[in-house]
Amino acid sequence: MRLPARFRNQLPLRCGACHWRTLISALSLTLLSAALAAFADEGAGSGGVASPRLAAIQSRGRLICGTNGQLPGFSVLEPDGRYEGLDVDLCRALAAVVLGDAAKLELRPVSTNDRFASLASGEVDVLSRNTTLSLTRDAPGGNAISFAPITYYDAGGVMAPRREGVRSLAGLAGRTVCVVSGSTNEAVMADRMRLLGLAYTPLRFQNADQTFSAYQSGRCSAVTSDRAGLAARRSLFPDPQAHELLPETLSKEPMAMATQQADPVWSDAVRWIVYAVMQAEEWGITRANVATRLKEARANPDAAELRRFFGVEGDLGRQLGLPDDFTYRAVAAVGNYGEIIDRNVGLRSSLRLERGLNQLWSRGGLIVAPPFR
Amino acid sequence: MANRPVLAPQLRRLRRELFSSPGDGVLSISLIVLIGLVAIGFLRWAFGQASWAVIQVNSTLFAVGRYPIEQQWRLWLLTALLAAATGLSWGLLRASPRPDRTGTLWPRHDRLAVVILVLGALWLPWALRLAALIQLRWWLVVALLVGCRWAAGRFAAVLPSALRRLVPLLWPALYLLGMVLISGGLGLVTVPPSEWGGLLLTLLAASFAILLCFPIGVMLALGRRSDLPLLRWGSVLYIEFIRGAPLITLLFLGQNILGFLLPGGLAPERIWRAAWVLTFFAAAYLAESVRSGLSAVPPGQFEAARSLGLSYGQTLQQVVLPQALRVALPAMVGQFISLLQDTTLLSLIGLLDLLGTARTVMANPAFLGKSAEVYLTLAVLFWCCCAALGLGSRALERRLDPHTIPSAT
Repeated sequence: MRLPARFRNQLPLRCGACHWRTLISALSLTLLSAALAAFADEGAGSGGVASPRLAAIQSRGRLICGTNGQLPGFSVLEPDGRYEGLDVDLCRALAAVVLGDAAKLELRPVSTNDRFASLASGEVDVLSRNTTLSLTRDAPGGNAISFAPITYYDAGGVMAPRREGVRSLAGLAGRTVCVVSGSTNEAVMADRMRLLGLAYTPLRFQNADQTFSAYQSGRCSAVTSDRAGLAARRSLFPDPQAHELLPETLSKEPMAMATQQADPVWSDAVRWIVYAVMQAEEWGITRANVATRLKEARANPDAAELRRFFGVEGDLGRQLGLPDDFTYRAVAAVGNYGEIIDRNVGLRSSLRLERGLNQLWSRGGLIVAPPFR
Repeated sequence: MANRPVLAPQLRRLRRELFSSPGDGVLSISLIVLIGLVAIGFLRWAFGQASWAVIQVNSTLFAVGRYPIEQQWRLWLLTALLAAATGLSWGLLRASPRPDRTGTLWPRHDRLAVVILVLGALWLPWALRLAALIQLRWWLVVALLVGCRWAAGRFAAVLPSALRRLVPLLWPALYLLGMVLISGGLGLVTVPPSEWGGLLLTLLAASFAILLCFPIGVMLALGRRSDLPLLRWGSVLYIEFIRGAPLITLLFLGQNILGFLLPGGLAPERIWRAAWVLTFFAAAYLAESVRSGLSAVPPGQFEAARSLGLSYGQTLQQVVLPQALRVALPAMVGQFISLLQDTTLLSLIGLLDLLGTARTVMANPAFLGKSAEVYLTLAVLFWCCCAALGLGSRALERRLDPHTIPSAT
């Protein structure tokens, strides 16, 4: 910072009232140059690939991740003060890669309304907040957000007690359905039933608690919400087995992490860290065996694919502005995609959701990582 | 007439007020039955159906949020210091009681307060089945408070007056020390504000705003009555702008716009941003209360003081402000209480204050459907804080009332 000194020399020695203007303009110029210098500093990235956001995270020593904080399975606060969930684990993977420590992470709860503003203003580095990908959010003329790969395919669904004998949407004709008033599920359900030409009676409630207690007390034959949410509620019923999710999906809700479009290098880094945990599942690399797999790759010069993936060979990481062992760091921190899903929303969690669409492409799902080369 | 049993005066009064006519009697009985039914229903729910495990398991979250466990001794130390200071001040105030206008003395309620405090402190940690260590700590804190109160009352007479005058300075010193203890620095591990939460965050934001909005509000009120046009119009513009905007929009502005305006890293932590917004917001309203107090002081007072040769500053400090603030005090305390409750809006901008923590806890699948218990706990906590503010202000009013006479000096 040489500028302020120069300005100090220009300042009048006797600073009477007549010189206030000079003083103020000098001060504001100093401030401006300091701000510009700060921006210039941010521009200097690591190793050729420049990302202001990556540099800012590294100089801050902490990744700031915008989350929901109130959605079971995705991000929820445990009594011991730890956040758990799918969204949270993905943030941990990012922190592990960029800062080398999954704990160097600030999870910042952001509300539905100000999530995009907090991303655009740079308050959060990345949004991992069960955000549905859509055209307006992606488009430069819309929210100008860059979406990472879809990490969870959710969908609107319907749950009914088994004893009602409802096996599909058609079985709901003439029945009553509990729904949260003003939710997208309410509108989507109405649209679908109109399309099918089925009459039904929606019973609307202010919030999810009321809706589900009405459903449990038998005031309606079915209840509609997001499938993950339905499963979460069902897991708390005294007899979860007595209720089933209807096979139909009412709406598609593909969810992904999001970054600012203005920093494509950072967006790419996030994208490929997500792909890395997906690829790890495809190759059977888990949190438990990732160290031995890396050793194998080092020892075996013929395992070219694995060597490239782990950064033993080539410079995949450096091309992204990340360390070459970024895939290892991510998997060692949170495990592969399948492990993350199982732990938070899958059969080993309290939600007990089937993988469904969130299965690898090789097993009939939609999760696919492009080649690492 | 003569063989009628003589009723105790209280009973006679009860009869006169509740059963003076048959209509009155019917009304009283039905109301008593109604209130009784509600009370029984509530007690049956609270002790039978309600499951308080949600409060018990999450008690740390409600108290301090995500504050790291290994650093929580700092908060316990602060609590103990606060308890000691409270006991000390309480005991000293008690040592020189002043009757209010009706002539009743404070002490009777005072003793009642001690009994309620001790019973509450003994019963609540046990009822919530907190960990044994935490129960013990709470008992020690309360014992410290009561002990300091007793000691201060006992030795107040022998305390040199120079030392007694230092006691009010204890509070600002403790506040600064508390800030250091909470946030770290000076050799302590730093705990970033993003990890503060629960009651800690609520009280911190509220006390910060209450303390700072007072001087700003007084200055704005004086500015609005100033003869200098720039100062006057500046104050009017500020007050009217702030009063014209809802608090929640200002909070959103502070959270989301500052990031655009300031280069990365220069914007303060968002908890401080929210606290400053609360401060500036409350200052505008407080300025109007203070102005009403200033208007209540006759202009003659000011002129008389000036003609006696006091400077403007001395006039304000010695003559005008003491009278004005006394008039404005009830209105100001009302604003402080509403400010404390306004901190719940922080939950809407994603901060984990008491309400934010409560919402987060209720979203956890393990505690779904426990909203009644959680909201009731919140209501009780807020009521306690507001009641403390109200009691403190009434005591202050009594102290400042020129019609009360110090009973003993």
